[in-house]
Amino acid sequence: MSSTPVEATPWAPPRQRWLLPVAVWAVLLTSPAWLPLLGGYTALAGRVVVLGLAAMSLNILLGFTGVMSFGHAAYFGLGAYGAGLTLKYLADSTSLALLLGTLLGGVAGALFGALIVRRRGVYFAMVTIAFGQICYYIAFRWNSLTGGDDGLRGFRRQPLHFGPLTLDVQNNAVVFYYFILAVFALATGLMALLLRSPFGRTLIAIRENERRARFLGIAVERHIWLSFSISCGFTAVAGALYALLNNFADPLALHYSLSGEIVIMAVMGGMRSFWGPLIGAAVFVVLQDYVSSITVNWMSFVGLLFVLVVLFFPRGLLGMLGRSGAP
Amino acid sequence: MLQLVLFNVTNGLIIGAFYVLMALGLSMILNLSNVINFAHGNFLALGGYFAYTLAPYLGFWGALLVSPLLTACVGFAVERVMIRKVYNRDPVYSLLLTFGLAFIMQDLAREIWGTQGLPLGVPAVLAQPLSARLFFITGYRLFMVAIVIVAVAGLFAFLRYTRVGVRIRAGTLDLEMVAALGVNVRLLRSLNFAVGCLLAGLSGVLAAGQIGLNPNMGDGLLMPSFIAIIVGGVGSLTGTLLGGLLIGVAGAVTTVFLPTASEAVVYLIMAVVLLLRPRGLLGEEGLLS
Repeated sequence: MSSTPVEATPWAPPRQRWLLPVAVWAVLLTSPAWLPLLGGYTALAGRVVVLGLAAMSLNILLGFTGVMSFGHAAYFGLGAYGAGLTLKYLADSTSLALLLGTLLGGVAGALFGALIVRRRGVYFAMVTIAFGQICYYIAFRWNSLTGGDDGLRGFRRQPLHFGPLTLDVQNNAVVFYYFILAVFALATGLMALLLRSPFGRTLIAIRENERRARFLGIAVERHIWLSFSISCGFTAVAGALYALLNNFADPLALHYSLSGEIVIMAVMGGMRSFWGPLIGAAVFVVLQDYVSSITVNWMSFVGLLFVLVVLFFPRGLLGMLGRSGAP
Repeated sequence: MLQLVLFNVTNGLIIGAFYVLMALGLSMILNLSNVINFAHGNFLALGGYFAYTLAPYLGFWGALLVSPLLTACVGFAVERVMIRKVYNRDPVYSLLLTFGLAFIMQDLAREIWGTQGLPLGVPAVLAQPLSARLFFITGYRLFMVAIVIVAVAGLFAFLRYTRVGVRIRAGTLDLEMVAALGVNVRLLRSLNFAVGCLLAGLSGVLAAGQIGLNPNMGDGLLMPSFIAIIVGGVGSLTGTLLGGLLIGVAGAVTTVFLPTASEAVVYLIMAVVLLLRPRGLLGEEGLLS
């Protein structure tokens, strides 16, 4: 990490704007080379990217629209199950699995979103949790389709074919990592475009002062609904990638504990910044991986991390480095 | 068939009584402090474990009385040390804080009392079946319902007739004004949190006598309690009471016909209520919406 001040918004002055993305991409692109030397493994880097994508997707809503969803694991999990079920029952195609997983999560998000856009604050959070749990119980109970508590097994990601070219994402972990990274690049590129567009700025206007935005004639509910649906769609991409990464989808990917973890990643990294959630995810995933390997009391560590971040670092890592963006 | 349905309605009312006890505490904290207490299920477990530890010395009755109070003390302390720091911040922080607290409390309970399920003995008077003719029901289950009724009645009386209770209700409507009138709002919120934890602790002791103890015994009650609050309407304790009983009975009756859907139906009720009456059955217009 560079210690140069980092701007809190993606449209910061051009002087420093390129620094953080360049650093992030340099680390992400080279990680298969140096991660094993530090005792890591490529799948760990894959998890960081996937959960980072989920946290960045959530942040469209949390950091850029100012609406708090605590049920994003549902869309993550729906993406995972969508991808898994496609591979298991429909077709041996990784790209179709990714597409259908994304669609499943995105459509579910749009449907639930329509029911809850009028809620605000904690109440919004509570309803999102409850809706998230519906998906959890469906996956948990519908044994014949989803495998219930044991999770969905019996599918494998398939090699990708681009005309004559074949990418062996199935057996080569490093190739698959770069596939994840390519999807990640596409998704975050779209997100950045979206947030810089008039639509994205409108979301920030709603975050800053909802009443004023309403008086200006902005359709606040529709914008929040769109933001929610888009956020869910991107989260589902992450979920689908997660299922492909593990060749497995389990109900815990839908549980509200994961929602909380995604939120803490975004907050810990800095929810006022575009890349913050990715950095939060990296810290969280690596720390969790390490702590759970040395002690059975990893839950206390994770809980303590939550408490410490909230009490002492509410602006997150990037928020502390930057000069603007109070929580 | 009728007998089976009747049996399940009774069951549902008993389960609903637990939801109510849990949800009322959550609801009180939510209304006054705008905090969703994710650790509420862990306060429930704590109450149960306190009873388990105290029962050899105080007996069941003593434990039933003392453990909820101890849980309330822990809640009071937790509110003082942590929760109050986030009152004036974005609600995301209070959620994350109680979320982390839930993790820590669950892990601590596992560390202190072990992962194994533990039984809490109940007095023989309560353990025997009351009626085997119509349907099987033990005295303990009736006793649980009776205690819940007493506790809920006590809570409503407390909120209606005591000075603190009236202030809590006033604070729910307009905390700033209550503060301006010279009430110590900080203490009020601590007390309110403690009362919420007291209810959780009480349900913990009752639940322990029925299903035994384990570190995550409260987890399964947390979501239904959320739904009870949403269905009943945020801001209305009577609504929460109604919502808890409704989903308890609905879940139990569904078990008769379609066991796998017993959870789903609860969420379905929530979705329908949100669709037809977004503020909940008895919710106040504009409050938290």
